[in-house]
Amino acid sequence: MSGSHLSGVDGLYVGRQSPVHRLAPEVKVASLAVFVLLVALTPRRSVLAFLCDGLAIVGVCALARLPFRRVLKRLAVVLPFVAFSFALPFIGGGDKTIVFGLHLSSDGLWSTWNICAKAVIGATASIVLSSTTRVPDMLTGLSRLKVPRILVAIISFMVRYLDLLSAQLGRMRTSMVARCHDPRWLWQVKPIASSAGALFVRSYERGERIHQAMLARGYDGTMRELSTPQAAGHMWFSATCVPLVALVGLVGSVMR
Amino acid sequence: MSCSSLRLRDVRFTYPGEHHEALQGFSLAVEAGERVAVLGPNGSGKTTMVSHLNGLLELQSGSIEIGELEMSEANLREIRRRVGSVFQDADDQLFMPRVADDVAFGPANLGVSGEALDAVVRRSLALVDAAHLAERHPHHLSGGEKRRVALATILSMEPHVLVLDEPTSGLDPAGRRELIELLSTLPQTQIIVTHDLPLALQLCPRSIVVSNGVVVADGATRDVLSDTKLLHAHRLELPFGFDPTSV
Repeated sequence: MSGSHLSGVDGLYVGRQSPVHRLAPEVKVASLAVFVLLVALTPRRSVLAFLCDGLAIVGVCALARLPFRRVLKRLAVVLPFVAFSFALPFIGGGDKTIVFGLHLSSDGLWSTWNICAKAVIGATASIVLSSTTRVPDMLTGLSRLKVPRILVAIISFMVRYLDLLSAQLGRMRTSMVARCHDPRWLWQVKPIASSAGALFVRSYERGERIHQAMLARGYDGTMRELSTPQAAGHMWFSATCVPLVALVGLVGSVMR
Repeated sequence: MSCSSLRLRDVRFTYPGEHHEALQGFSLAVEAGERVAVLGPNGSGKTTMVSHLNGLLELQSGSIEIGELEMSEANLREIRRRVGSVFQDADDQLFMPRVADDVAFGPANLGVSGEALDAVVRRSLALVDAAHLAERHPHHLSGGEKRRVALATILSMEPHVLVLDEPTSGLDPAGRRELIELLSTLPQTQIIVTHDLPLALQLCPRSIVVSNGVVVADGATRDVLSDTKLLHAHRLELPFGFDPTSV
């Protein structure tokens, strides 16, 4: 596959030669899902378990030869989600602790830690998947994991037409700007609302045409399997290492 | 690769909610292996006619035969295999996230799977000189590449008849020439709906002119394009300085 045409949905992919890139997509998708679930189940006071999870995922980043700066940049996506958690030590009840002269709720502090640790570890794991697996491969992975084909088809149509939709939106915006549209106030949003409406109608019409194109090629309402399962046993074995770390951490903290 | 003849007899069609008949007794006979250009102004019924050829629009009146097969609910699947439609906007035709999956879509619906399916995909892409595009995302292809891949998605079903709606619209001159060269090598019966009159002359020995849902002229492309009165009456225009008799 040519790597020179990455944009839109494939823009997240970081082309490298690494054992993580070479793993079958279904193995990576399943391993991510299990790992994130185990991290989410880990009790919040198990700092050591989170540390192990974090180290494991950093290790995978290094193995995949992902540039750390890029991973950190993408991690910024969690900021809006964790930002509100920083209010919890101030509004939380229970015992108070003094930190830098501030009276903070210790329960709130643990909640902040819990949210931040889980969000950062989970997001890093997702970044590893999206950086080492192309979107079409992820879809293949989902269908090999027996996710209902109609769901995979809906996701794949979304992926396929997202670029086209955003290009269409871009053209509409250009045509507005070309006619001196420069919205600054709320009452100037009408053209934007109309273009959203036009985009909706065009997408609907395109949907109709695509359905016709599918019917013309014998579509009878069932999406057929296009590729056969390929993941080898050793791939499953190596991919279980990371969720295993999370499982050990989880079991260890529960048993304690 | 097999070819089929096709025959439409007195086909009439009205879109739901409209009174005006889009096809008003459309009749046409095309022999196996023939290449016929369908010319006519916008709204004349060309697309309505070709949408009937693989049953995308339900026959309301008249009859259609593809080879020996009569258009009917029971034959619809086989007719859709035999008649391959290439749509005007290739983005409508290429809906899968990967070119190879798109080419596999039709044969997979016909029950082909595994190694046989991979072989069909490879063969079809090679036919349109697009084997190197198999793993690409359709959005990243050029206009000409999209058109060739769209053709491969049809060829993978081993059709007897190819129906092409405005195959050269939006292509640059080189892409247009490459597509014409490709189409001229394909042995199937071809119905080419187009406003590109030089293309009709270059590819199709025979042309029909459609107006108001009926065939108003049917003959050798050179004769049809030389009839200035006919062209003028049906809003058809040759490019400036183009003389069909001197080509």
